[in-house]
Amino acid sequence: MAKSNGSKQAVIEVRDLVVGFGEHVVLDHVDLDVYRGEILGFVGGSGAGKSVLMRTIIGLLPKHKGTIKVFGVDLGTATDAERQAVERRWGVLFQQGALFSSLSVRENLQFPIREYLKLSERLLDELVVAKLEMVGLDASVLEKFPSELSGGMTKRVALARALALDPEIVFLDEPTSGLDPIGAGDFDTLIATLQRTLGLTVFMVTHDLDSLHTVCDRIAVLADGKVIAAGTMDTMLASTHPWLKAYFHGKRSRAGHLEEEKPRG
Amino acid sequence: MSDRGGRVSGDSLLEATAEGERLKLAGTGAWIAENAHSLEAMIDAETGRRGTISQVDIDMGRVDQLDTFGAWLLERLTRSFSARGCDTKVTGLKDDFRALVDEVHGVKAEEIPEHHGNQLAYAIASVGENIFAVGHSFRAIVNMLGALVVALLRVVSHPRSFRFTSMVHQLDNVGWRAVPIILLITFLIGCIIAQQGIFHFRKFGADIYVVDMVGILVLRELGVLVVSIMVAGRSGSAYTAELGSMKMREEIDALRTMGFDPVEVLILPRIVALLIGVPILAFLGSMAALYGGGLVCWLYGGIDPDIFLSRLKEAITLDHFKVGLIKAPFMALVIGVVACVEGLAVKGSSESLGLQTTASVVESIFLVIVLDGLFAIFFASIGM
Repeated sequence: MAKSNGSKQAVIEVRDLVVGFGEHVVLDHVDLDVYRGEILGFVGGSGAGKSVLMRTIIGLLPKHKGTIKVFGVDLGTATDAERQAVERRWGVLFQQGALFSSLSVRENLQFPIREYLKLSERLLDELVVAKLEMVGLDASVLEKFPSELSGGMTKRVALARALALDPEIVFLDEPTSGLDPIGAGDFDTLIATLQRTLGLTVFMVTHDLDSLHTVCDRIAVLADGKVIAAGTMDTMLASTHPWLKAYFHGKRSRAGHLEEEKPRG
Repeated sequence: MSDRGGRVSGDSLLEATAEGERLKLAGTGAWIAENAHSLEAMIDAETGRRGTISQVDIDMGRVDQLDTFGAWLLERLTRSFSARGCDTKVTGLKDDFRALVDEVHGVKAEEIPEHHGNQLAYAIASVGENIFAVGHSFRAIVNMLGALVVALLRVVSHPRSFRFTSMVHQLDNVGWRAVPIILLITFLIGCIIAQQGIFHFRKFGADIYVVDMVGILVLRELGVLVVSIMVAGRSGSAYTAELGSMKMREEIDALRTMGFDPVEVLILPRIVALLIGVPILAFLGSMAALYGGGLVCWLYGGIDPDIFLSRLKEAITLDHFKVGLIKAPFMALVIGVVACVEGLAVKGSSESLGLQTTASVVESIFLVIVLDGLFAIFFASIGM
């Protein structure tokens, strides 16, 4: 299933979303569109509510106000069956992997497939190996338990599980956090490759400036409970908003390095 | 990419026409997860075809949807024909699907390890593993006792290093908060023993000896035993779960790297709290059981409280009381050590936490009863 760009079709539409805990409002009238076939990088300061928005979209947190439409289905008013049909078409990679610790890698990957489809054991086993190889692992990890995997392997297995049912949207919550720069770079490449081969729409919450530069088609920025900007990297770099300037032109950013290296005078 | 949510096509996904040694296959429709089950059956039927086939042409031109499931089944189809020595060609594949098919082409699925072993061998192996585990946990308990003694000696030489606050907190949890439930349960057990005693002793006119039975049974055995079992279930399991989840989140490793001894910081206060708490609970429990027994004797057996008390004075000696209470700290030690050993044995998974908590409760109840038996033999032989 490859991507067909051209017509910009929004697969996720968030309108006027308000989310809070008690008196504290985290998301204050947020609007956001995610288009089919793109990799959207979602950034914001720690505690700005990036994960809250992601968790609200996938239905883990209740919203106070606003609508969320995924594939044109309003999740607020959808029936259980409609909702389940939508959930079947997305995959989520949690920050810590959230692999089921009492199941082996094989069982972890087969779990969602078994739940939705009736397939032969042989096909299940073959598919699990195919998915593992797609994320850069092989059959040797099949019988391992999550506690026996390294950080990078856990992320890869979790990504394979998120992709188990060939979803159309994948949500990635800080996919490269806790990985070394080489591992993070490999993971970025992997996401970009999978996005191309499977025609995925990727919603990626991240802090990793390198990920934003290399794989993201578009970037959305959350600050003060609102999406203050959404656009390509160039738009971000050209912006004059103080938070954006601090984020994209700071000491750790690529743009920041380039500016320092420029001969002065 | 078209909308494919929940679409299951009923039409044929694979059409076959055989021309002599040449087999023409034409894929149609949606080769996606929802259709994988029927598609697999069709593909297996084709690859299972008898007769000599030398050339296979697979036309994918009319496949309008393809995902990993479909791509893998196509791969399986070409692989099994190639393995039979056929000349296999895939034609008409849409450009959109090319990358996915190429990706799946590299998968080495032959190396899937077998996961269904011999059941009998598995059963024998698990018996062996269990015997080994018993030996292992015995060694762990002895180890823990040693570590406790070392920690205790260190605390005795530097009394200020004892975690007094932590101990009081644990004592509150295992002692004070356990009082209501312990009183209730021992009271009920006292009532039941007295009722059963009266009911059966009355047949041969020995009602009054119920007082002897209740007094001796409760003070020597039941008070401390019931309390120990309750504490093992209530506090032992809590210790295991607490220490286990600390182990899972590397908190114990963190303590160690800061130069603290986890035995001294976490385990000693917990075990001291049990050593203080269990004898008190055993005393309170025995009293509640005697009270319950007395109440039933009065209301059900017609034995007045005055008579009950004077009979009780004749029936029991201080020895009976001492036998019960001497056992209590030993029971506490067994429960505490087993709970802490099992807690530290927790590994990374939440399943392991559950397993160790169960093991902790089962093991400590078992050991408490065994210990009680050994004490019975010991006290009998020294005439107490």
